[in-house]
Amino acid sequence: MRGLFISVVWVYFAALLIGPIAYLCVQAFGGGLTVFLNEVVRPEAVHGFWLTAEITLIVLLLNVIFGTVTAMVLARQRFWGQTFLSGLIDLPFSVSPVITGFMLILLVGPGTILGTWFGTMEMKILYALPAMILVTLFVTFPFVVRELTPILLAIGTESEEAARTLGANEWQIFLRVTLPAIRWGMIYGATLTIARAIGEFGAVLVVSGNILQLTQTATLHIYQSYVDFNYVGAYAVAAVLLAVSFLILMILELVKTRSSAVTEQSISIPMVQP
Amino acid sequence: MSRHALTALALRSAAIGYVLCLILLPLTAIGFQSFEDGLTRFLDDIQQPQAKAALILTIEAALLTTMINAVFGTLSAWVLVRYDFPGRAFLNALVDLPFAIPTLVAGIMIAAVYGATSPIGAWLLKGGIEVLYNVPGIVLAMLFVTMPFTIRALQPVLMELERDQEEAAYTLGATPWQAFRRVTVPSVLPGLLTGVFLTFVRALGEFGSVVIVAGNIPLKTQVAAVYVYGEIESYNPQGATSVSVVVLIVSFLALMLLERLTRPPDERLPVLLTRVLNAQWLVLHSNSKLKIQN
Repeated sequence: MRGLFISVVWVYFAALLIGPIAYLCVQAFGGGLTVFLNEVVRPEAVHGFWLTAEITLIVLLLNVIFGTVTAMVLARQRFWGQTFLSGLIDLPFSVSPVITGFMLILLVGPGTILGTWFGTMEMKILYALPAMILVTLFVTFPFVVRELTPILLAIGTESEEAARTLGANEWQIFLRVTLPAIRWGMIYGATLTIARAIGEFGAVLVVSGNILQLTQTATLHIYQSYVDFNYVGAYAVAAVLLAVSFLILMILELVKTRSSAVTEQSISIPMVQP
Repeated sequence: MSRHALTALALRSAAIGYVLCLILLPLTAIGFQSFEDGLTRFLDDIQQPQAKAALILTIEAALLTTMINAVFGTLSAWVLVRYDFPGRAFLNALVDLPFAIPTLVAGIMIAAVYGATSPIGAWLLKGGIEVLYNVPGIVLAMLFVTMPFTIRALQPVLMELERDQEEAAYTLGATPWQAFRRVTVPSVLPGLLTGVFLTFVRALGEFGSVVIVAGNIPLKTQVAAVYVYGEIESYNPQGATSVSVVVLIVSFLALMLLERLTRPPDERLPVLLTRVLNAQWLVLHSNSKLKIQN
């Protein structure tokens, strides 16, 4: 029985995970390192990597700032509509990426009130960088908030109040008291944000217009190569992103062990329910 | 007003403003668009043969994925928690990988392995099983992206479920089946339900991996997300909206059902979807508790 169960689990993992990963690596490097490198340093691919890096960086910055602010508000304040706000934060988890992109088109597309307004301001949102950043912000928003809220609840407000009585101003309290306590959680949420921002495809595809060398991220470049039957190119860039995923997973493991004390606490504490 | 209160108010306004603009505004846009032309138009749209086929296929594939994931996920969680065998730590570390791998890359990997050009794909094809551009491929892609949900939802529960509880049941004269049904099942059920429902919702909306393996054949392998994408590309926002709204409603209903099923009996009225979605967050995280030494 025991042997059978273990074998079945190995087969399940091999069929779903190990096999596909190994085969992709074989395909990507099968033609030799030169072929692989040729595909990776192609101008379209390089542009894709840069655009992905640019979007990821901007999203990371905004998400950490607004995620921290939102988590502080949810954990430290009581106000009307708090439950509703808290529910909204989790929504991006359950919305299909294509629908996420489509919602933005409906909001700022041509012919809409906002779209026309941005048009008169001569700001290009759709099929340009701003829209790609907006949808990536949408899909990654829960990560930092959900990471920090339980930690903030767990550490309580005593130290912050002590600092306040000692005459520290709000900014000093945040920098000297709150931030050191939440920093590992923040790094964890930030890493999840990076992973999702690099990997986002559906939402970005819909709002970017997938314009060659202009709005084509790394994932969009893989997709384009694949539908153009340039399989070697698709496999090569996919292998690069796969390596990045492994790296991210390793960072997450590392951060988890560093912050295990805080995370352990945060898991045993149910989310805030006003 | 003190400086402290002023800061608090400013932070609150910023947080609320940001969330409303980023999340609520787009949702309102799609809500308005869907019922702009009335309910009849909406019903007409989803009755279109292509839309209807896409919705049915999506729900069927998601249900099949959920069932397979429930069985193999439970088995995997059980084996990873209870048995000690070579490679256990390796498999346990692999479980999180689908969360980190871009879904498009997942689709490309599955298409490569199970496509007609690979040895495995050719062998399956000889046996009469067409994986790529067919339902098995769609289910495989959905299984890949949802793989961690059941496993990670069950592992902490199984670890906490001390073996002595089951052993106590044996000492009291229970048969293995009775011990399983009366002791094991009730304690793992909430975790299992969470994993299962999250799998279903995730599978419903999956796009990146499915668009590669499904091949976008209308009426045959076109899932809802791919149909929505096609409608957007061909400038038919109305058709895209109606199908999107159906997918959104089914997702929310599934999550609300989960909330009802897993709510402890003594709890107050459902607090929107928050608790459920927090559960999803927990699943994403639970592995921090699961340092398995090998």
